[in-house]
Amino acid sequence: MSIEDAAKRARQATDRILGSLATASHGVVVDSPPGAGKSTLVVRAAAELADQGERVMIVGQTNEQVDDLIDRLAADHPDTPIGRLSAAAYLPSERVAAHQNVAARSSVAELADHPVVVATAAKWAVLKDVDRTWPWAIVDEAYQMRSDALLRVARLFDKALFVGDPGQLDPFSTVETERWLGLNWDPMSSAVAVLLTNNSHIPVHSLPVSWRLPASAAPVVSAAFYPFTGFAAATEDSDRRLGWNTRPFGQNSFDLALETAARTGWALFELGHRHTLPTDAEAIAACAGLAARLRQRGAVTISERSPEPLPVTDDRIAIGVTRTVQAAAVRRALRELGVTDVVVDTANRLQGREFDVTIMLHPLSGRRDATAFHLEAGRLCVLASRHRHACIVVARAGIPELLDAHPSAEPVHLGVPVKFPDGWEAHQAFMAHLARHRVCAA
Amino acid sequence: MTLLTAFARVEAAAAGRARLIRTVRHVHLGRRPLVVIPLQLAGEACAPLAVLLGDDPDKPRLLTVYEPRDRARRFEFAADLAEVILGHLDGYLPVDDASDDDAGDAGQDTGFSHDRAPAPEPLPDAPQLLVPNPNAAAFLRLLGRSTRLRRTDGEYAVRPTVPLLGRWLTHYAERAEVPGSVLLLPMTTALAEHWATGQSDLEDANLAALLGWIDPAEGLTGQQAARLAEDPVRCPPAGPVTDPTFDNEVLEGRMQAIRDASQSSDAPALARAQAAMDAALHGQLAPTWELMWRAHALLAALPEAAHAERRWKDDRRSFTAQAAWLREGGAPQPRRDSAVAAAKRLARLEREQQRLAVERAHDDPLVMAEYRLTGEAFAGTVVDADLTRVDTEGKKAKLRPWLIVRTTDAVIVEPGAVLTCPDYPSQAAKVIHVTTASDNGDNDNHDDHEDRDNDNDPVGTLVTLELSGGMGRALAAPPGTTPGLADVVTYTTLRDDFQPAPQFPSREETPWTHGGPPIEYVPTDDDAQEPWS
Repeated sequence: MSIEDAAKRARQATDRILGSLATASHGVVVDSPPGAGKSTLVVRAAAELADQGERVMIVGQTNEQVDDLIDRLAADHPDTPIGRLSAAAYLPSERVAAHQNVAARSSVAELADHPVVVATAAKWAVLKDVDRTWPWAIVDEAYQMRSDALLRVARLFDKALFVGDPGQLDPFSTVETERWLGLNWDPMSSAVAVLLTNNSHIPVHSLPVSWRLPASAAPVVSAAFYPFTGFAAATEDSDRRLGWNTRPFGQNSFDLALETAARTGWALFELGHRHTLPTDAEAIAACAGLAARLRQRGAVTISERSPEPLPVTDDRIAIGVTRTVQAAAVRRALRELGVTDVVVDTANRLQGREFDVTIMLHPLSGRRDATAFHLEAGRLCVLASRHRHACIVVARAGIPELLDAHPSAEPVHLGVPVKFPDGWEAHQAFMAHLARHRVCAA
Repeated sequence: MTLLTAFARVEAAAAGRARLIRTVRHVHLGRRPLVVIPLQLAGEACAPLAVLLGDDPDKPRLLTVYEPRDRARRFEFAADLAEVILGHLDGYLPVDDASDDDAGDAGQDTGFSHDRAPAPEPLPDAPQLLVPNPNAAAFLRLLGRSTRLRRTDGEYAVRPTVPLLGRWLTHYAERAEVPGSVLLLPMTTALAEHWATGQSDLEDANLAALLGWIDPAEGLTGQQAARLAEDPVRCPPAGPVTDPTFDNEVLEGRMQAIRDASQSSDAPALARAQAAMDAALHGQLAPTWELMWRAHALLAALPEAAHAERRWKDDRRSFTAQAAWLREGGAPQPRRDSAVAAAKRLARLEREQQRLAVERAHDDPLVMAEYRLTGEAFAGTVVDADLTRVDTEGKKAKLRPWLIVRTTDAVIVEPGAVLTCPDYPSQAAKVIHVTTASDNGDNDNHDDHEDRDNDNDPVGTLVTLELSGGMGRALAAPPGTTPGLADVVTYTTLRDDFQPAPQFPSREETPWTHGGPPIEYVPTDDDAQEPWS
C-alpha cells in the first residue's frame, strides 16, 4: 500500500467513526491496533465536538498519557481553550505549560468556560463540585481501564467515545478471586468489556492501518494478535530503512543480530538453553550489550518522515522486559556500559509508547514452565509492537518446546467469553516467525 | 515463589526436613478454635457425607448423612450441624442486649464490617473455624450457599436453624476471601506460609504430607514421611473428597446395608448398619483430626506477629457486625454482587492486600529479606546524618533531616522514590541520591591484604534520604523520632499510605455502562435452586 492509499483509508475510517457519533444512542467503541492513529482520532473527535458547541470531557489513564494528549490537542487547535484538571499538587509538565491555551486547575468550576477538559480517570472519579453532566466524553486507552474505574466516572457523561487497543495488556488486580467471573459487571475486567456486555447495541469500529509498525512487522503482529480484525502497514518496505554509520571491526554475534534486524526488521538473539532466575545474567547482559552496540555502530533511519538519514538517539531505543527486577538489572548493566538514556521498562509501562528500535527480553526466556502470566498475549503484543524499524528479541533456546510442554490449561468459566487471541497460540505464531531470523549468541 | 522460599525449599529437600521461613506467626489463633473436617460424597456437587468437628481435641463429634443422595437427609444433617456450630457461636455472642441496635447495613457487603456507621466496639473474642485445606473451606461455602436461602415453611420446609447456619457459613466463607483474615483458616495454607518443604505447592496441599515434612515421625526424613502420607490406607485424605477405593470397597457396601435395613423396616439391623458406617467414616476422619491438632500446636508454638492482633480485631468486628445484622432480621446474602457492591468489595480487598503485605514485612525480618532480595528494600547503617536540616524554600520552614545509609544490598530505588522504615512507620523518606560507595576514606586503615579480596567489588551503595513526618511540629526532631548515626535501619518501597475509601455511585445510581440500577433484591424460593441441586 502506498502512503497516499493508507492515508485515504485511514481518513475514510475516521470520517465514518466521527459520522457515527451523531447517530450514536449511547456511544461508540473504536479498536485501534498499535500506532494506528488513535491520538489523531481523539484529537479530531474532541475538536469536532467542541466546534459543534458541545462540552467534551476526556478521560485518560495516567498523568503521562493526559499530558501527551494535551500537547497534541493544544498544538493542533491553538484557539480552543483546554482545561487540565488535576490534583492540587500537580505541576504542569513542560509540554503542557508551553501552550497558552491550556489552563491547569484543580476544580471543575474554574474550568466552566473550557469546551474541552482533560483529566485522569482517578481525578474525574473524585470530583465533588459537579452540578451538571457532559454531553460527551472521550475515554482514551479504554482497554487499560478497569470497569470499576468506569463505574466511578460514568455518572459524569451522557454519551462516550471509547478508544483503545484491544491487543494490549488487560488491567489487573492485586487480589485473586473468581467471585465475579461471568458477571456482566465484573469489576476486574476492562471498561470496554463491561460496557459492551451491558450495551450490545454499541457499534465497534476499528482503525485499518498502522503508521508505526513497518511492513515487516504489521502482518506478523496482525496475524498473531489481531486474528479477526487485522490491519496493514501504512508504509512499504522501501519507505523505511535502518542503517549504520560505521562498519564493524571484525564481527561478533551482536553485529550479526543488528545486521539481521536492519535487513529484515526482526532478529532473534538466541542464548543457549538453560533454566534461569528472572534476572538471567547472560540475557540481561545481552540486552544491554545489544543496545550499547547499536549506539556504537551509529544507527540511522530513513523513513517517510525524513528522506535524510536521522540518527537513532538513545531515547528512540527501548528495552522491554516482563518484571520490574529485570528492568532494574538491565538499567544497572547499561549504566556500567556508560549508557543512561535508553528507555528500559516493563511491558505495562511501555504501553502506548513508540521507538525506532526495540530490544525485548522474551517473557518465556529461561523459564521452566509457562504460566498464564507469562503466556498473556497482551504482554507479548506490547513488546513486539513498539518499533518503527526493527525489533530484536533476546531469548534462551527452547521456547517452542516449552510451549509444547505447557498447553493452556486455564479453567473455562461459565458466562466468560473466550478470549482471543489465545496467548499460547499467539506465542507459537510469533516464535514460528522469529525462527527465520535467528542469530545464535557466540 | 520468592527467591528466598525457593532457596529454603532446596535446603529442606537436602536436609529432609521443612525449613521455618518466618520468625513469627502471621496468623492469629483463636483461644478455642472449632476444628471442622467435612467429607462429601463423590460424584455430586456439595453432597455432605460426614463431618467431624469440635473444639476439644479429646471430644470430636461425628455427624453422618446415611443417604447423601436424599435431599431431605442433607437438610436434616444441616440442622444437626447447625446445632453444633450455632451452639459454638452462641458462646461468643453477648448474652442478651436487645437495645444494642447500631448495626448499619453490614449485610450488604459481607465479609467486611461496615465502616460508614460508627463501628460498634467488636466483641472481645470471635469463634475461629479451622479446616484442613482450602477445598474444605470451599465446601463450607457451597454448603452455606445451598442452605441460606431455604424456606422454613411450606413445601420442603427446613428447620429454622438451617438458613441461619447457611448465613453464618456464607459469612465465614466471604470473610475468608479478605487477605489476612483468619476467621475461617485452612490449615495447609497457614502451615505452608510458615514452612518451606522439599515438595511442590500441589503436594503441600496434602495436610498429612505437609506435616510429614514439618514434623516427621521419629527416625523418618521428610521425604519418607511424605511418601507414607500418600498411602490412603495409612493416611486417609483430609477431604472433602474421599479416597475412591474406600468409596468402592467400604462406603458403598455400608450404604447398601443401610438401604436394605430401612426397606425391610428392621430397626436393630438399621442401627447396626448405621453404627458400621459411622465407624468407617470415623476411621477416615480420625487421622486428620489428630493432624489438625498437631498442626495447631506447631503453629501455636510460634510467637504471634505484632500486627496479627490488628487483623484479628477486624475479624472480630466483622463477626460482631454479622451477629448484629442477623439479630435485626437482616436479609440473607444475595446470590450475586451488584455492580456497585462488587466494585466496592474489590477496592476493599485490594486495600487489605496492600496492608497485609506491609504488615508482614514490618513484622518479620525474613519477609523483609524477600523484598531486600528483589531490591524493593535495603538494610544498612546510617553513616552520616544531618538531623537538624531545615528546608527554607517553601513559605514555611520545614524540618527535613538528611540521612546517608550505606548498604551492601542491591538497590534498585531511584531518586525521588518515597520509602519507609518499619521502625518509624509514620515517617516518609524521600530518596535524594543513590551513589556507589567508593573505597576512598573508608578503607584507609585497612591493611592491604584485606583489600585484595574485594579488589573490584563495590563496597556498597550510599543512599541519601530526606525524612519528613513523625517528628512533631517543632524545627528540631525529639530524640527517638528519627534514626541516628550508626543505627542499623531498613528502608522499603512498601508503604501503607492511607487512602480514603474510593467513592462509588449508590446502587440506585448505577450508570448505563454497567447495566443501570439493579432491581431491588428480594430473596425468593428460586434463589435456593441450583442448576446442580
